Amino acid sequence: MRLVVPLQGIVQGRGGLIIGSLIPCALIYFLRLHLKRHRSPSDRADLPRSGSRPYRSTRGSLAPARVSSRAESIARPDKSPYYVGLDRVSRDPFDEVDNPVGIIQLGLAENRLCLDLIEEWLCENLNGAMIGHGGDKDHLGIGGIVEYQPLDGLMELKGAMASFMTQVLGRGISFDPSRIVLTAGATPAVEILCFCLADPGNAFIVPAPYYPGFDRDMTWRTGVELIPAHCRSADNFIPSISALDQAFNQARKRGKRVRGILISNPSNPMGKLLPRETIHNLLHFAQEKNIHIISDEIFAGSIHGNEEFVSLAEILDAGEFDKNRVHIVYGLSKDLSLAGFRVGVIYSYNDDVLAAAKKLTRFSSVSAPTQRLLISLLSDTSFIERYLETNRKRIREMYDLFVGGIKELGVKYVESSGGLYCWVDMSGLIRSYSEKGELELWDKLLNVAKVNATPGSACHSIEPGWFRCCFSTLSKDNIPTVIARIRKVAEMR
Amino acid sequence: MTIEIEAAPSVQLSRVADSETHGENSPYFAGWKAYDENPYNEVSNPSGVIQMGLAENQVSFDLLEEYLEKHSEASTWGKGAPGFRENALFQDYHGLITFRKAMASFMEEIRGGRAKFDPERVVLTAGATAANELLTFIIADPGDALLVPTPYYPGFDRDLRWRTGVKIVPIVCDSSNNFQITTQALEAAYELAKSMNIRVRGVLITNPSNPLGATISRSVLEDILDFTTKKNIHLVSDEIYSGSVFSPSEFVSVAEVLEAREYKGSERVHIVYSLSKDLGLPGFRVGTIYSYNDKVVTTARRMSSFTLISSQTQHLLACMLSDKKFAKKYVEINRARLRERYERIITGLRSAGIECLKGNAGLFCWMNLSPLLEKPTREGELDLWRTMLHELKLNISPGSSCHCSEPGWFRVCFANMSEHTLEVALDRIHKYMDQRRT
Repeated sequence: MRLVVPLQGIVQGRGGLIIGSLIPCALIYFLRLHLKRHRSPSDRADLPRSGSRPYRSTRGSLAPARVSSRAESIARPDKSPYYVGLDRVSRDPFDEVDNPVGIIQLGLAENRLCLDLIEEWLCENLNGAMIGHGGDKDHLGIGGIVEYQPLDGLMELKGAMASFMTQVLGRGISFDPSRIVLTAGATPAVEILCFCLADPGNAFIVPAPYYPGFDRDMTWRTGVELIPAHCRSADNFIPSISALDQAFNQARKRGKRVRGILISNPSNPMGKLLPRETIHNLLHFAQEKNIHIISDEIFAGSIHGNEEFVSLAEILDAGEFDKNRVHIVYGLSKDLSLAGFRVGVIYSYNDDVLAAAKKLTRFSSVSAPTQRLLISLLSDTSFIERYLETNRKRIREMYDLFVGGIKELGVKYVESSGGLYCWVDMSGLIRSYSEKGELELWDKLLNVAKVNATPGSACHSIEPGWFRCCFSTLSKDNIPTVIARIRKVAEMR
Repeated sequence: MTIEIEAAPSVQLSRVADSETHGENSPYFAGWKAYDENPYNEVSNPSGVIQMGLAENQVSFDLLEEYLEKHSEASTWGKGAPGFRENALFQDYHGLITFRKAMASFMEEIRGGRAKFDPERVVLTAGATAANELLTFIIADPGDALLVPTPYYPGFDRDLRWRTGVKIVPIVCDSSNNFQITTQALEAAYELAKSMNIRVRGVLITNPSNPLGATISRSVLEDILDFTTKKNIHLVSDEIYSGSVFSPSEFVSVAEVLEAREYKGSERVHIVYSLSKDLGLPGFRVGTIYSYNDKVVTTARRMSSFTLISSQTQHLLACMLSDKKFAKKYVEINRARLRERYERIITGLRSAGIECLKGNAGLFCWMNLSPLLEKPTREGELDLWRTMLHELKLNISPGSSCHCSEPGWFRVCFANMSEHTLEVALDRIHKYMDQRRT
């Protein structure tokens, strides 16, 4: 190539000839890439019509209609270890009997500890619970459940949910059923709130490390950006106002308008309960910046420790803060293990948000037979009371067993009182104290130890080496197996 | 000395939250309000408003009830609830394979086996509303447009545009050829969009049509498919009423046209379906996207996380729809009953001197009241609509809310009421027409 010669002259040294030939090749490559990306559909020639019935064939070389740019990014394979790990487990899942060398799942915050209780309840109660026989259209017979219902949920279910939330989030709080909007899971609940509170190009501050799903749920279709407010181990992973300030200023520098903060309480992946003082600080911060605050309290029924859980609702009840900016997200996927039934809650103190959210539930409503079943289940308050107590106890047992095993390995962890997981510090086991080192360890755990845990980097943790290990999908006898497998990798260093 | 108290600036909402795109202030929805405030009841409120604006199918409940009573394992996971635990935890956006297979097979049954559906291409959503919105997110960017033939279902204004930021450009159809879609109309819509610098990403048709209550002919489907191929855009065919065609041979699905073309160029085509109309189960929230485009299938699956169908419901319906005998019987009987209703209302209206568009499907008829208009304008139509609502106490949907280019047409639903109620409605219309003549 003629271009090489002058470049060779400019670039000194041994590499000159190679670089000299690389640069023009690179330039041509990038030029082509640029042209490809910026070619508009109107550049493509209209196809000539040819032939006759039964069909008009097209000139085959044309690519079929493209998808939107939103869809392009979603269609690409997700490289996050969170999703890669889940995918690997689904292809080679551990089973004590059928696949004892499969991958043990520690990457999914699913609660399998108390489904037997619900199963039992169903066997005793189901016949009356769902589809009755003939008669009155309002309560019995299929006419009662098949027709169009208010898309944001049956009033009866909202009532039952309000009582359930009192049992879970705090005895002193009464929830107003008319402030409840039911959605097909907490996933759309969070997205709907984002659509209501922010415009495309705006931002939410999220204390990090945070649940990897938020990156998708809150940004995919909304056009919103997440700005992490980093929590440090030195602060026990409790969000500090200085971290929030930093995130807010960072957003401002980049010209991004912050519309709200999203907190998780109990937090995911750490399992920490936010102290009262922190909640006060967060509410002050939101008030000062005039932004919204969303509190995702989906693990509130999974409190296994001795600390006190304080819901945002409880703080608001005291009346000191402006309620118009506060919205709580809840759901039945974790506390009642009914992830498949798709039941989420938006509880908002803002009438305009409620009005908008209600209309948006048309895209994500709870299925009628499920609503009927839950009205019965949740109304059985004495069963629910027993269930919640047993659930807490069983989570505690698993937590104790798991951290016992972790301690044996000489690995540190964060003590937590809530959630279905343990936030473990494996930085002692990684070769280089960096994200790269952490991912190498993740890879070894996945492929050698055959244990899927979620690395902190997938949760936007800035301190390398932390892993979220969910223990609620395991049975008690699995724990020694898990520990032994991790030990294998630990000893490999 | 006055103390000024500065009111705390109230926290703002987004443009989506503030916008009126939800459309709930249009006559389509205002009629519903009037019904809610004074609903007809055979016994307790015989002079109340009869709801004829809701396209719901209540004619075949008994068949569903009968099935569920005989097959309690569908609703209870069987004796001792085996499989309950796995079902309760199942939130995989691929959906239950048994349910996807059942849906694919049901869609084949409806089309008399004239088209094949691959369960691997079935994407599940919580209703067709979600399916249409999802597809719009996938095939168009904010500011782009979809071409939709008029008159169309009023809900599209909200479902296709609200959160997506996508526009609708109408393909104008008129009564001169029974509101059929023509290539000229398609071209005109496309050119209109182009003149406004709006990029067209696809055409969305409803077949059978809502509100016309008529199927699209094979030759028109071929024209539409050729048009979308020529412009290299997508084609969405909402076939939500495909099981409600009175005579099965009269419905041609775009799937059949594609099969005849050996699926050449099919990657631009996506079918929307739901059980809300054909099975009368709107409360169950069951919709699907069937796409011939792999990327759309993958993306739609992932995006369906925001709108998954309850696993309990998937299980129930998988049992019911994989019972091929039941599915076949249901479709046949449902069709026959709808046809009876349709014939009753057409006869009743005709004897009152009112004509409707020749229909062959759906839960409604497209009634022509243009001879009754004081002025042949939208205002004239709305005046007549108000008379219908407040004097006759019948809530019917005015064509203007469906973006019809000609005033005076109304959509009248007939499947969401008992036979007796239908007679009462027809009686009220007769009396009104008699009164007008004198």
